[in-house]
Amino acid sequence: MTSPGLIPAPLAQLPWRIIFLVVAIGTFGLVVLYSAAGGSLTPWAARQGVVFFAFLCMAMLMSRIPSSFWGKIAFPLYGVLILLLILVELLGAVRGGAQRWLDLGFIRLQPSELMKPAIVLAMAKFYDMLPPSEIRKFGAIWPAAIIIGIPAGLVMLQPDLGTALMITFGGIVVMFLAGIPLRLFIGGALSFAVVLPLAVNFLLHDYQRKRVLIFMNPESDPLGAGYHISQSKIAIGSGGIFGKGFLHGTQSHLDYLPEGHTDFVFATMAEEWGLIGGVLLILAFFLLIRWGVNVGVRARTRFEKLAAAGLATTIFFYVAINLAMVMGLAPVVGIPLPLVSYGGSAQMTVLLCIGMLMSIDRASRKTVRW
Amino acid sequence: MNRPTKIVTAAAQGFSFSRRAMVLGIGQAAVGTLLATRMGWLAVAENEHYKLLSESNRVNMTLIPPRRGWIVDRYGAPIANNRTDFRVDIIPERLENKAHVLGELQQLLALTADDLSRINTDLDRAAGFKPVQVEENLSWDKYAAVGVRLPDLPGVQPTRGFARNYPLGAAVAHLTGYVGTASAEQYKKERDPLLVTPGFKLGKDGLEKALEQRLRGKPGAKRVEVTARGKPVRNLDTRPDQQGQTVRLTIDAGLQEYAARRLAQNSGSAVVLDVLTGDMLAMVSMPAYDPNSFSQGIGKLEWKMLSEDDHVPLMNKVLQGLYPPGSTVKPMHGLALLQNGISPDQTVNCRGVLQVGTGRFHCWKRGGHGPISMRRAIAQSCDIYFYTMARDLGYDRFAPTAREMGLGARYDLPFLTQYYGTVPDSAWKEKKYGKPWTVADSINASIGQGYLLVNPMQLAVMAARLAGGRAIVPRILLDQPHRPAASLGLDPEHIKIIREGMWAVVNGGGTGGRARMHIPGVEMAGKTGTAQVRRITRSERASGVLGNAALPFKLRDHALFVGFAPVDNPRYAVSVVLEHNGHLIPDQDAPPTASDILSYLFDREKAVARLIELEKTWGGDIQTRMKTKWDAFLAAQKAPVPPTPEDVESATSNVVEKAATTDRTASPTAAQNGVRGEGND
Repeated sequence: MTSPGLIPAPLAQLPWRIIFLVVAIGTFGLVVLYSAAGGSLTPWAARQGVVFFAFLCMAMLMSRIPSSFWGKIAFPLYGVLILLLILVELLGAVRGGAQRWLDLGFIRLQPSELMKPAIVLAMAKFYDMLPPSEIRKFGAIWPAAIIIGIPAGLVMLQPDLGTALMITFGGIVVMFLAGIPLRLFIGGALSFAVVLPLAVNFLLHDYQRKRVLIFMNPESDPLGAGYHISQSKIAIGSGGIFGKGFLHGTQSHLDYLPEGHTDFVFATMAEEWGLIGGVLLILAFFLLIRWGVNVGVRARTRFEKLAAAGLATTIFFYVAINLAMVMGLAPVVGIPLPLVSYGGSAQMTVLLCIGMLMSIDRASRKTVRW
Repeated sequence: MNRPTKIVTAAAQGFSFSRRAMVLGIGQAAVGTLLATRMGWLAVAENEHYKLLSESNRVNMTLIPPRRGWIVDRYGAPIANNRTDFRVDIIPERLENKAHVLGELQQLLALTADDLSRINTDLDRAAGFKPVQVEENLSWDKYAAVGVRLPDLPGVQPTRGFARNYPLGAAVAHLTGYVGTASAEQYKKERDPLLVTPGFKLGKDGLEKALEQRLRGKPGAKRVEVTARGKPVRNLDTRPDQQGQTVRLTIDAGLQEYAARRLAQNSGSAVVLDVLTGDMLAMVSMPAYDPNSFSQGIGKLEWKMLSEDDHVPLMNKVLQGLYPPGSTVKPMHGLALLQNGISPDQTVNCRGVLQVGTGRFHCWKRGGHGPISMRRAIAQSCDIYFYTMARDLGYDRFAPTAREMGLGARYDLPFLTQYYGTVPDSAWKEKKYGKPWTVADSINASIGQGYLLVNPMQLAVMAARLAGGRAIVPRILLDQPHRPAASLGLDPEHIKIIREGMWAVVNGGGTGGRARMHIPGVEMAGKTGTAQVRRITRSERASGVLGNAALPFKLRDHALFVGFAPVDNPRYAVSVVLEHNGHLIPDQDAPPTASDILSYLFDREKAVARLIELEKTWGGDIQTRMKTKWDAFLAAQKAPVPPTPEDVESATSNVVEKAATTDRTASPTAAQNGVRGEGND
């Protein structure tokens, strides 16, 4: 650590290694966006840069907030977001068509996006309050199911399969960490395998079902709905080990790769930076997530433990689902790659998670002085 | 620990959390590894595959139609070459305001409603980067007018290409054929994207079709980097096209044109062969279509006029027309008699009619020729002489000589549709009709009627073989290894006798006096022929046979002539067959036509001068006459005209087939009845 005399204590106490890692990922994202725009700061890289550093500052400020604060706001935040989700649903019904955001004038607020960390906090708070003796009882499960079910159901109505899945996964992971009996997870996984085909057939919207079916066999319709996955695989595969070189990707520059600056930004990156770039990026995310889980392991209170590991896993789901999608291992569900994809919402969510993680991290460091 | 009754303490919970967090971390690491492995699989193992896909995404190949090989005559003069063609296409993807652009183009290029509806259909079917043809063969003015307005016409693309050009026009139509865009069927068969490239045309008839692979050449290609929407970004490289091979013919272009003009208003054909080598110096079938106009696309009026014309301009009569050879086979039959040991001096008394059983066979000369031997029988074309000989010998003794002289044979010529007729004998009739050969059959065949059917090419081969005694085979490609024609091994004495007979036809007071050459020192030998296409009944004969002039065109006699020159040292052989000529206009009859055509080879200036004089009597040269005919046809059109058939090639062969079969069936009927009409041969 830096000597206390030169730099003010609050700055010196910031987890600079993690900030550096986040800045590295974010900066690499800006480089990729610069190339995706054909070697131009506009329209994406410059705006993304401003947003990124703004949210980074926010995250650093959040790290100064006492970790107990997150426990206090867990339920109120959850409640407000549920109301906002209902509001979005109503507005969408009035205006006709699907709507996912509220226009607040200065920002388009997407409540479902904020629900991803909020569900983790709410679940962590719930299990924090639950006496240890109750954990193996039914009372430990049904409230959790409701806490997860309401927002997931509302988001599913929007319809936004990817976000609904992430909210559900986030909640389930906290249940797992809280100590819900393992057999429930095994049984749940088995019943999920049974229910999934039925859900695909009856619950999903036509376009969602099509995406799932196309995912199973993208080459069946290379110019139609399978186009995204096919072109993404071509971009990644043609990049090879070392890539085609910065600004030399053809799939992205000639518009073969759709959404090359948002959901499929990883393919844009992989085409130019190759396997090397891809593995380094995956490694960077792995370090970030491992740090987050370790923050949970080191945390003092049960709430902090559950919240930290859950938030880290939320980031993990972003990365894993997005990468699986662009590599053709998952259907196209519209999950961006955090810190890299163009767009404010996902960045805000992930940097909120990081800010809270840094806050919990700071708390655990303060008590365990070494 | 999984039993539900177990009491969990806070400490145990902390322990459980650490363990489960570790499981979670391991799970996450496993997923990370899986993703990295998947990426490695895509980028390393499947790299080649995806690289290829990425390249085929990025690069668009545009074919440049190859320039077609030239067709040149034996002296290198062009018979078919390429001229610069200005054309305008539309790139559908870049077309912005279709109605506006088409409206502008209609004004600039004077497009018809027909053109517009075709362009609209093509545009509806096309997509992306592939050009749709608006108009080709534009004048420089129109082309430039479009070029100037280009900024106002997004999607329009003017191009300079090449179009096929036939300097001799209709005179070579049936020799070269024409070119046109590939039909859907052809594309299905070849699957070559070149076939649907705008501006590409392939051979549709004649040599253009038969020699397609040699003439076509190799297309050039332009590799262009394109975006996903098909918008070209930059040219990567251009491979120039490779012109098709030049094909050199044995044809003498000057003679070809001369012969075509000399056929005048006839529906006929002329073939000139080199007696020593078999080189085809001219192969003409008239009237004909203009291959230049056909190659630009066939208008529906043009098609209607040509397909309905009773002179069958769509048919190559040299190889597709089958005719009873009439008396032109008499010298050959004379040779057959000599080969069968008949003395040339043996006489037959011609009294004008020969009774065989119930049939009466007439000589063309009512009073008869009196006592007549072989040379005079050829010169005077006496029917009774050959009737008598055939009655006594049977046609089975003639048929081998007919085949030896090239009748009934199929020649290996680069023309896809050929009819090659019949040299009949008893075995053939037995097989074909299951009926025995009769004496009447022999008698009919002896004067070139009945079952005997030949095409004009075979007649020319017969004339050349009789003249030179060599087994020449007609050839049209000069680049084929030249095989000097072997001798047929005929008795020189026999050849001499036949030549004397044929000399007398032209120069000794025979039936072909009008074929005498106007060139000092060059004498021609030959044989006239008249082929009857209708039956003359006994009652008609009693009341007086109708003259050709009184008959409708389709019932008039064919006029034929075969010959060679110079008579003492034959070099060129000729055959002329004029359908339904009827010997009505002396200058347009077969003997003077054949003679004039050959005279071109001996004294070009004199021949051309004579032709120019003659053309005044029949309405000018080919172009002038075609124009007159076209104008008259247009003036006569009132009813709406049906569109040109989609597949002109097969429609043409239907027309040809119809014409060929009517001619083939008409003559045997006339001859089978054992009656023979009057003729002037």
